[in-house]
Amino acid sequence: MAGTAEPPRTMFEKIWSRHQVLEREDGQTLLYVDRHLLHDGGATAFDMLRKRGLKPRAPERVFATPDHYVATDSRRLEEIQDPRHREMVEKLARNTAEHGIRMFGLGGPDQGIVHVVGPETGLSQPGLLMVCGDSHTSTHGALGALAFGIGSTEVAHVLATQSLWQRKPRTMRISVEGQLGEGVTAKDVILAIIAEIGAAGATGHVIEYAGSAIRGLSMEGRLTLCNMSIEAGGRAGMVAPDEITYAYMQGREYAPKGAAWEAALERWRALPSDPGAVFDREVTLDAAAIAPMVTWGNSPEDALPINGRIPSPEDAPDAERREVVSRMLDYMGLTPGTPLDEVPVERVFIGSCTNSRIEDLRSAAAVARGRQVAAGVRAWVVPGSEPVKRQAEAEGLHEVFRAAGFEWREPGCSMCLGTNGDIAAPGVRVASTSNRNFMGRQGPGARTHLLSPAMAAAAAVTGRFTDVRRLMRGDA
Amino acid sequence: MDPFLHLEAVAVPLPRPNIDTDQIIPARFLSRPREIDHGQFLFHDARRLPGSPEERPDFPLNRPEWREAKVVVGGRNFACGSSRESAVWALHDYGVRCAIAPSFGDIFYNNSLKNGLLPVVLPAEAVAELTAQLEARPGATLRVDLPAQTVTFPDGQVHGFEIDPFAKHCLLEGVDELGFTLTFEEDIAAFERRYGRENTR
Ligand code: SF4
Repeated sequence: MAGTAEPPRTMFEKIWSRHQVLEREDGQTLLYVDRHLLHDGGATAFDMLRKRGLKPRAPERVFATPDHYVATDSRRLEEIQDPRHREMVEKLARNTAEHGIRMFGLGGPDQGIVHVVGPETGLSQPGLLMVCGDSHTSTHGALGALAFGIGSTEVAHVLATQSLWQRKPRTMRISVEGQLGEGVTAKDVILAIIAEIGAAGATGHVIEYAGSAIRGLSMEGRLTLCNMSIEAGGRAGMVAPDEITYAYMQGREYAPKGAAWEAALERWRALPSDPGAVFDREVTLDAAAIAPMVTWGNSPEDALPINGRIPSPEDAPDAERREVVSRMLDYMGLTPGTPLDEVPVERVFIGSCTNSRIEDLRSAAAVARGRQVAAGVRAWVVPGSEPVKRQAEAEGLHEVFRAAGFEWREPGCSMCLGTNGDIAAPGVRVASTSNRNFMGRQGPGARTHLLSPAMAAAAAVTGRFTDVRRLMRGDA
Repeated sequence: MDPFLHLEAVAVPLPRPNIDTDQIIPARFLSRPREIDHGQFLFHDARRLPGSPEERPDFPLNRPEWREAKVVVGGRNFACGSSRESAVWALHDYGVRCAIAPSFGDIFYNNSLKNGLLPVVLPAEAVAELTAQLEARPGATLRVDLPAQTVTFPDGQVHGFEIDPFAKHCLLEGVDELGFTLTFEEDIAAFERRYGRENTR
């Protein structure tokens, strides 16, 4: 326990020092990993272990679920059309079975996107150090964990040693103060943050999100927020645990029970950054100034409020930016000066580890209810996990979506990345609730615009980007 | 992994900021095992005309002077995005041994160190200067000296760079961390005893 003489510490520092196995003089620290999550893109790491005759050191700390390569129109392995994709899912099942690692398998009751499954099963907890061979591992920081993505060599390293060498990153606090407006969601907040600080704005830093607007977010909202920390370049993102966190955690499969729960609560309550703790950088945003956001370019930093206009290369501050803007406009098929809400969409994707949780589906369904997907638009809803799907169906959301003309599909990463074959054709404009609008992300030549689930539903029913607040007020 | 000491090689400028790992290797090639030559997937779509196998002549790596480049000089936030180590494998298998940029995606930076590909961070002005020199003389070479931690530009300017001493050691020796970490088995076991069963459930 911290004595009175100890300097105030950030939540990050508390978690970091608790997991230090050893620190070398040069600053390299060997950190112990509490939880290691795996998905079906990670076969290489097992190959690396096998080659060296090694085994997972602590299989009880490792959990897996197939998500990147599963089909979203079937739950049957045999029905995965592409043999390469099928093999990825099979390999995960084989590797985990061989080493006694728990897998939330395809067709089972808990399968889903790894960053949806972790929080949902209670595996993601305050104060834990978590890794996964996926950059969006930052998601789990929403619970007050230190969670970050690693590459396959590091995955093999963690499997073999349950630990990882790291240099201490810097810290950054992003405070969003005040009240978010009606129709403004966590997705809009994170897009506004990235637009403000840039896609490399948090490079080398662990972000702690703070401020009254963040404390007011639900757990789903915080997961969305932390998910995109990596799109700001952040090593990780985190939110201090509070009553919202504990209420979310309680009763989940892997959450502590009984006396262990009480002990955990006591530990967790000591986690938030101490008053007076110093961050290497501080950024503050005004919540009331954030509007529903849509990206127009090929980096998540290229986001605008829905009432904005497509920028012109002429307005760029320098020649480099001018070139980048014109390339992006060319790729995206956009004309400078066009109001965003006049840009027509052809496909809508509601899903991904950013926005496929129950609250996301509820907010999209609220917009879809009693409306129809516009002619010529193909709209998908892909729940983040089997439990999300069950919950949504229990609430009748699937019927709302179907009645409005959306397709209701099976859980997986789907069109976020398209590794399972769910892609958009070249030139097709997609309104997507995922996290990356990179060139070719949703298929070669596909044009991705990032937005919130409610905004995506609004785009689906109007056939163009639309300020969801107008639909909410009933004047569109 | 291959050791890295010195390199004197052609450098190709890729000056745009935020060149992401999806561009370096598109997602549809991620299911290939490591043994496959990933060089064929490097900038697969960016190198080609939309929807065609044909190369776009304006993509730097397609120019004869830069085809054999072993160094890439990127813009700010080079290789941002996903954790796919195959982005490093694609560069590595193509023959690239060093990437220079004002900043990198964190995960890519770590991944490169583990595959014998040296990531070098230089100040933005220096990278801009280097890019200008390379564009003025396509096919020009530069020299990278890891022991001395310097890059020598085509015009002879020498720039120092920082690298973590541990990572430097691993690169110089061509050893990977895993073997090294296994020698700390006792420390890990001691940590586990201290830490107990906490957080296993
Ligand atoms: S949903 Fe998208 S970002 Fe999330 S894990 Fe899957 S592919 Fe990655």
